[in-house]
Amino acid sequence: MSTMTVAATPRVTIETELPASARDVQPLKDLEVAVSVQGVNLFYGQNQALYDITLNIPRSHVVAFIGPSGCGKSTLLRCFNRMNDLIDNCRVEGSITIDGQNIYDRSVNVAQLRRRVGMVFQKPNPFPKSIYENVAYGLRLLGVRNRTQLDEVVERSLKQAALWEEVKDRLDASGLSLSGGQQQRLVIARAIALEPEVLLLDEPCSALDPISTAKVEELLHELKHKYTIVIVTHNMQQAARVSDFTAYMYLGKLIEYSPTRDLFMKPARRETEDYITGRFG
Amino acid sequence: MSEKHISSQFDAELSGICARVLEMGGLVESQTVRAMYALTHYSGETATQVLEQEVRVNSMEVEIDLDLQRTIAMRQPAASDLRLLIAVSKATANLERVGDEAARIARTVQRLINVGVSSRMRLPLGDLQFEADLATAQLRKSLDAFARLDAESALEVLKKDEAIDREFEGLLRKLITYMMEDPRTISSSIDLVFVAKAIERIGDHAKNLAEATIYVVKGTDVRHHSVEDVENVVR
Repeated sequence: MSTMTVAATPRVTIETELPASARDVQPLKDLEVAVSVQGVNLFYGQNQALYDITLNIPRSHVVAFIGPSGCGKSTLLRCFNRMNDLIDNCRVEGSITIDGQNIYDRSVNVAQLRRRVGMVFQKPNPFPKSIYENVAYGLRLLGVRNRTQLDEVVERSLKQAALWEEVKDRLDASGLSLSGGQQQRLVIARAIALEPEVLLLDEPCSALDPISTAKVEELLHELKHKYTIVIVTHNMQQAARVSDFTAYMYLGKLIEYSPTRDLFMKPARRETEDYITGRFG
Repeated sequence: MSEKHISSQFDAELSGICARVLEMGGLVESQTVRAMYALTHYSGETATQVLEQEVRVNSMEVEIDLDLQRTIAMRQPAASDLRLLIAVSKATANLERVGDEAARIARTVQRLINVGVSSRMRLPLGDLQFEADLATAQLRKSLDAFARLDAESALEVLKKDEAIDREFEGLLRKLITYMMEDPRTISSSIDLVFVAKAIERIGDHAKNLAEATIYVVKGTDVRHHSVEDVENVVR
């Protein structure tokens, strides 16, 4: 009588974490850090707006900050290029390091810092100048006079901002003559003309229609190969669509910071779950 | 998920969908019970009723799927809400299959009656009824676990599935013995093998529903894993 052998079913242990196939990014700890935030507390006079924030923004990725109004996400974003310096009695503790340099160090030249860390706001704010001059503005401030070089940068920046095809025949037209979505892309072109290391976007699409929003989102996807992008958004679906990592903040505290897929499919914290599913927290 | 959504309309939609799943579950459970009554009492009338219910079950599946599509499109659910809707989709598919199995049993009853099988033939209907009682209990329990989003009770369902499988194997051996002892029972015994298989499948569908419930509650897909592994996820 022959012996029958039954192949044992291979045992696979259950992955309680999402499988690697569900992720499109490496774990945070394996990525090169572009911006390192360590123990940041921020006060507006007596009021504390940020509590002991610590997180690393990885290079060439998109990080989204989400959270209800007043949670401190824009405040944190503005720390990255010291925009909070413009507010009276605003005090920052802790350190924010970009490329190994603490940007709150006395030796830091703030104007130079803002060149390295570009910013785009909620409402498009082109200068009342031509499309060309809007993009060339930063370089002109830096003293670049060479027309060929300016032409090159303007064309490259507008192309990167996915606006070139729409405006190449009317570069002399006023920046204000463009539609809202085009204006926002113009402002992004202006920011990237200086080749910043980090691009900060504070609700860049909240004043745009869905088509323009989609164009800006598509643009972010392209830009992240070259720049480190941090975006603050009220639109959770937008955070889910454009970002690799998402930070959920509430009442000035960082509640959860994870790969975006994890955060939207299986958040680790109950508070995050309540927020992204629209429940009372 | 005791907390309510800020949008009460969303809450109403979700609870409406869940209520319909449970209604569908109740329907296929009663279909199964009736199909077994039809078998054990050789009642052609009851078998016909089971087949009539089938139409209602099928249309419920389509209606719930439509509600799901609408909710996903309008609400863009995330995290546990999204898992719940995915689980509902799996639940309705499984419940519809339970209805199919019950209909299969009902058609077998009609055939047995047509060929003149009667209670005098002393087929092991009691054993089939026992297996069916196990399966309907599993179905009821998995629906309960789904209604309360109770991963612990869902785990109990997974643990008990094996009992139905054992019962099915026992029945198979018994029916083979019948056929060997009295070749005149071969035709009807084969029909009963299919009934036993249908009941075993109903148990499997209950198990799938229980796995979907664990997926909603724990966020972990536990399909195709041993009960011990699932136990570690639930506890």
